Amino acid sequence: MIIEEIADIVKADVLTNYHKGNTELKYGFASDLMSDVLAYACSEALLITGLNNPQVIRTAEMLDINAVLFVRGKRPCDEVIELAKENSITILATEYTMFNTCGLLVLNGMKGLEIDD
Amino acid sequence: MTDRLLKRYSYSITANDFMSAGKGSSAIKSNLKSLGIDANIIRRIAIISYETEINIVIHSFGGKLHCDIYENKIVIISEDTGPGIKDVDMAMTEGFSTATDSVRELGFGAGMGLPNIKKYSDRLEINTGSTGTLIIATIDL
Repeated sequence: MIIEEIADIVKADVLTNYHKGNTELKYGFASDLMSDVLAYACSEALLITGLNNPQVIRTAEMLDINAVLFVRGKRPCDEVIELAKENSITILATEYTMFNTCGLLVLNGMKGLEIDD
Repeated sequence: MTDRLLKRYSYSITANDFMSAGKGSSAIKSNLKSLGIDANIIRRIAIISYETEINIVIHSFGGKLHCDIYENKIVIISEDTGPGIKDVDMAMTEGFSTATDSVRELGFGAGMGLPNIKKYSDRLEINTGSTGTLIIATIDL
């Protein structure tokens, strides 16, 4: 699924975009716990979260995750956006809750990650 | 010969500074990238160093994060002054945490820090006491 499709499906604003062309995001991973993201997520995942502090971007950076979708109407502050820009991370923000966001993305074909250990 | 230290990167970590937490790990990651280290190895090291850095910020009075490069391994060393880990076995258990609610609101303190560090390390050594903690995580190249 490409960024434009994701933005369209969950009516998200695209706050930064480093996904030019048809770069696909294969999986979604939703969590407000950054340690769980560090334990289970992979670089091909869209990180879906309701947290909006700089540690979300730091966590994405450590995992080479390059797209983050903020849910529940959370708007990242300028510092978070700047950090995302420094790391070429695409940021989207939607008003939908995490549950509804995930539901819509799954209905439209996005896959979840399997936890294998 | 293989244990000759080739390079050391060191960063000071301040307790309770959540805005800056992760800067050391970010710097380690870019340094390793510039050395041409494999991306999967870098990701494992980044996770280990970031979790240890967050632990210093959350649980200690401050400390240092080192990344030592050898020919055949990379070692992340975290040394802090602070109260130490009271029960290491419990701290290694997924979900066990002594973090405060304010730390949890930031997305940490879920009791996954040390288990994550162990998961991504080839070897892990923890020396802790009432004045501080030393963590040595090794990743073989």
